[in-house]
Amino acid sequence: MRDTTTAPVISAQGLNLIFQTNDGPVHALKDVTLDIAKGEFVSFIGPSGCGKTTFLRVIADLEQPTSGTITVNDMSPEAARKARAYGYVFQAAGLYPWRTIAGNIKLPLEIMGYPRAEQEARVAKVLDLVELSGFARKFPWQLSGGMQQRASIARALSFDADILLMDEPFGALDEIVRDRLNEQLLDLWARTEKTIGFVTHSIPEAVYLSTKIVVMSPRPGRITDVIDSPLPRIRPLEIRDSPEFIEIAHRVREGLRAGHLDD
Amino acid sequence: MLQILRGEGPQGPGGSAPPASVIPMRNIFPVLAVTAFLIALWYAAVIPMNAQWTQDQARRAGQDLSFAELVTDTMSQARPRLPAPHQVAQELWNSTVVEEMTGRRGFMNTGSLSNRSLIYHGWVTLSATLLGFAIGSALGITLAIGIVHNRAMDASVMPWAIASQTIPILAIAPMIIVVLNAIGITGLIPKAIISTYLSFFPVVVGMVKGLRAPDQMQLDLMKTYSASGGQVFAKLRWPSAMPYLFASLKVAIAAALVGAIVAELPTGASAGLGARLLSGSYFGQTLQIWSALFAAAILAASMVALIGLVQRIALKRMGMAA
Repeated sequence: MRDTTTAPVISAQGLNLIFQTNDGPVHALKDVTLDIAKGEFVSFIGPSGCGKTTFLRVIADLEQPTSGTITVNDMSPEAARKARAYGYVFQAAGLYPWRTIAGNIKLPLEIMGYPRAEQEARVAKVLDLVELSGFARKFPWQLSGGMQQRASIARALSFDADILLMDEPFGALDEIVRDRLNEQLLDLWARTEKTIGFVTHSIPEAVYLSTKIVVMSPRPGRITDVIDSPLPRIRPLEIRDSPEFIEIAHRVREGLRAGHLDD
Repeated sequence: MLQILRGEGPQGPGGSAPPASVIPMRNIFPVLAVTAFLIALWYAAVIPMNAQWTQDQARRAGQDLSFAELVTDTMSQARPRLPAPHQVAQELWNSTVVEEMTGRRGFMNTGSLSNRSLIYHGWVTLSATLLGFAIGSALGITLAIGIVHNRAMDASVMPWAIASQTIPILAIAPMIIVVLNAIGITGLIPKAIISTYLSFFPVVVGMVKGLRAPDQMQLDLMKTYSASGGQVFAKLRWPSAMPYLFASLKVAIAAALVGAIVAELPTGASAGLGARLLSGSYFGQTLQIWSALFAAAILAASMVALIGLVQRIALKRMGMAA
């Protein structure tokens, strides 16, 4: 068993974020309080506008909360970002078309000033983790969408941050590719013992991957339910047909529906 | 399959680069057909344009001309209103290769270029063009970097750059030449300055667009790495701007050539393609005008093609041209 009694890796207390737009203020996050322990796989699920991506961006110091406190590795998000505490995977792979796959993965390492030899070693290691070893010298357009997204995950893993933040990384991919990548992601999580924050709007994906599912609802963006998954950490794809899985999926669906009742 | 994936797949900054354009063999025929049509049109126009002079000559001599004789004569006048294509081609050949090989002042006899050859005049114009293009491109890139990185420059420089291009170059060129002449600067530099004046603008516009090509996600990604401003520029903005840079350089070199030619007009310069155009029009030497025009066009086309070649090589090395 993991030690979960230590201080949480990510801790948010009464977080509020209000965007000032032309149509007036938008309450993107309201009173969000959440602790994420080391080694957890936390999914954020909810309809668009529920603030799940915004919350991930607050953790990453890409958005500033209006009020409330948040710590990442016991630091402010800004200090954590500067300490390179996390790797971030966006919905689009966003690989540079002018760099090879290896070159793309090297990008953060170059920026962070790793010695050349170590860059090579790390690229080889993460390419192996995402099963793209033979593709180091290919250019992004020579790879399928799923492979590109795996390369972008490798890029986020290359500097070995403890936290991996993923914003709908498989949202643009088809179901079959997605299943395969979900399996690989669980395997990767088990091997690297990272803490993962994962935004999705697929219920099966959230239930299959997560140790903790955070259900959110929009206007204002808030947490309506937090489900600690009883599923074991090792999960074959078939687990999705088990009664436990279906029960959790049901609870998530109920939570999502509750969030919409006031609409 | 690959096509579909590329179509729906995530786009890098600036989108996926189109393959470099190469004219395949099957496209040569339409190009030749259009060229042939234009030449035919030109020949057809030569007859009515020059017929008046031929008929006047015949009337004075009391001769009657057949249609064949008329046509032959309109195509071979020494100072036609509109020279025929083969006359222009002949003049181009004579004033380049023949002049330098056999002319009294030609390269073979004197070891230096003849001041009657288009090679000499072309080089005079080209040197000003290249200097102005180099300064203009450097200036354009520098301004674009400033505009993209500095809010004050963004608000102040662009309107001035646009305003500078609304002034007709024909109006401002003589003033620049005369002012610089008055303080003792003559020759290459004033012409290069006018080339610069015309060529910096497309580079500014293109590079501002190019340096801003990376989308918010790309910039956020750089922020998650805590990249410095310099690193964002070197690793993201600059490579993203490359396709835009080459496109604007092609416009800029053509504009620089126009600038150099225009700069040769107001002072009655004795050398350069502009000087040839001007002296040709003074003395009614239409052949000289047309051959200088074509020399300028050939020069511009070669320089644009050269930049296109550099572009192909550069983008291919960057993996952006399949």
